Amino acid sequence: MQLLVIEDDAKTAAYLCKGLKESGHNVDHAGDGKDGLFMAMENEYDAIVIDRMLPELDGLSVIRTLRAAKKSTPVLVLSALGEVDDRVKGLKAGSDDYLVKPFAFSELMARLEALTRRSEGDGSQTVLRVADLEMDLLSREVRRAGIPVELQPREFRLLEYLMRHAGQVVTRTMLLENVWDYHFDPQTNVIDVHISRLRGKIDRDFDQPLLQTIRGAGYCLRA
Amino acid sequence: MSYVSVFTLSVLMLMGFIYLHTFSYMAQQTDSTIESEINGLKESYRHDGIPGLTQLIANRVSPESVGSVILVLVDPRLNVVVGNLERWPNVPGTPDGWLNFKLDQKQPGGETPRWARARRFRLAEGFFLLVGRDLHDLEMSRKAIARTLTWALVIAAVMALVGGLAITRRLLSRIEMINQTSHEIINGDLARRIPTGSTGDDFDQLSTNLNQMLDRIEELMEGVRRISDNIAHDLRTPLARLRNHLDELKSDFKNADDAELVEQAIQEADGLLATFNALLRIARIESERQPDYLVDVDLSQVIRDAADLYEPLAEEKSQTLEVAVPGTQALVQGDRGLLSQVVANILDNAVKYTPPEGTIRVNLSNGPLSVSLMIADSGSGIAVGEREKVFQRFYRLESSRSSPGNGLGLSLVAAVVSLHHAKIRLEDNRPGLRVVIDFPKRHG
Repeated sequence: MQLLVIEDDAKTAAYLCKGLKESGHNVDHAGDGKDGLFMAMENEYDAIVIDRMLPELDGLSVIRTLRAAKKSTPVLVLSALGEVDDRVKGLKAGSDDYLVKPFAFSELMARLEALTRRSEGDGSQTVLRVADLEMDLLSREVRRAGIPVELQPREFRLLEYLMRHAGQVVTRTMLLENVWDYHFDPQTNVIDVHISRLRGKIDRDFDQPLLQTIRGAGYCLRA
Repeated sequence: MSYVSVFTLSVLMLMGFIYLHTFSYMAQQTDSTIESEINGLKESYRHDGIPGLTQLIANRVSPESVGSVILVLVDPRLNVVVGNLERWPNVPGTPDGWLNFKLDQKQPGGETPRWARARRFRLAEGFFLLVGRDLHDLEMSRKAIARTLTWALVIAAVMALVGGLAITRRLLSRIEMINQTSHEIINGDLARRIPTGSTGDDFDQLSTNLNQMLDRIEELMEGVRRISDNIAHDLRTPLARLRNHLDELKSDFKNADDAELVEQAIQEADGLLATFNALLRIARIESERQPDYLVDVDLSQVIRDAADLYEPLAEEKSQTLEVAVPGTQALVQGDRGLLSQVVANILDNAVKYTPPEGTIRVNLSNGPLSVSLMIADSGSGIAVGEREKVFQRFYRLESSRSSPGNGLGLSLVAAVVSLHHAKIRLEDNRPGLRVVIDFPKRHG
């Protein structure tokens, strides 16, 4: 992937660039909002990681300018602020995802993967397929190897999100945010229970498990 | 009230003193007037004898002469020679001749007998002379003074009562003001201060002192909180870096046991980060006084979503989760995310502390004045003495120290509840804990 990191703090920027490069991506770095906006306008990036507080031009203004210029590059905002309504402001300005510092690198990576895939997919699919698992979004039916699987509405949405991001690591936080619209981590790991319940419905009677747990990171639905 | 009676009693004593003093002075005046008159008559007697004295008395008591003078001269057989009394008063007197007697003259409309004071003495030739004063005028004056003083006493008492009431009410209202402010502070509004006047009286000084004390307490509390928040804030970034270094390191370990150790270290770091984040989140919510981003939130939906999230967890522990919410919307002014976390945190505790086969009930009632949320479990409950403490940061019940958690869940609940101007209380569910939160009804 071709990525742009706009971050003024040298330590964070070095850490980000190093990690992203090691994960096999091409990374450009801008140290302030002005340079960052210029680079984002000039080049085609798969995704942009931008700090909220920047010299010259703040992060949200950069995003607003990009969107006004019809640049739809996915943007992930990093912020040290954790104000309650901060995320909403970020999303309103046109960002696609929001991550509060400090964050685990695996969390950032998972989110970037999700963002770039989302921009690739055409979103108009009516049937999702992973191996022999099939989800019909119109009739809301799920089949594994042709056998119907009964799902509760919430389980359906959970599986839909996993299938839309098939092959990617999906973190617990991402599931909470996207399936439950919860932007906090509950004390107990409730997501694990939901996953194991879903696993019981789609994987138990089959030889090949599709829903996998990635230790220390999250889950992945893949053949 | 006692102040009024003490005041009235002292006024009474003062009046009594004035009365007695004035009256005895007047009586003395009478006596000395009589005395000097006697001296004058004695002089005349020495010069002119009985005939001269008779003439003089006749002049003094002639019908034209008005006044209260009483003069009588009697011969040795006590027959009146001259004077304005018909009879010689036959009453005992003091050894030196002073006596008080009743005048038996007919008074026009005078029903009370008039009194007179006089001194009698013997003249050389066996004649007796009586010199006195009609006490009527004196009596009138005495009565007038008594009346005046009684009225003065009544007026003073009434004024003392009215003034006392006014002062008492002023004092009470100021004490009430201090009480009310104290209550608001006890109820959590630590920024409140007692209003002070500009007069600089004792109450103003008391209020100023109390306010300074409150400032100091708030400063100290703020200091403690700031320290923990600063620690959380400053340690968060290096901790995250440590966690990420461990993460990078993990792939280098080919040995499964070593990798497992690193993974455990990462999880410890994640737990610490979660605690720091929770602490900072509470601090931020608490510092948010007048949030302008609160919107209409349907509590029914919030509860259904949270119950949906926790239902599998309860089922895994064979617990029954009963949810009763109205079919219609139950709107409150709030932040959906924070309210969801409140319900989630309480449900989290309920599932954690309720034994298998237990029951957790969630109930929402939409009243005319408030929306009331109740979450009851059949766990071990919380002792009365610990119910307030569980809202403190890092406070954990003795019985729950072994179970996972950071002791911040209910602190966050309390902060969010206060942000929404709601009230939370913990009750005994016999057995178990019942958490009740009353949200004020949305305006309009």
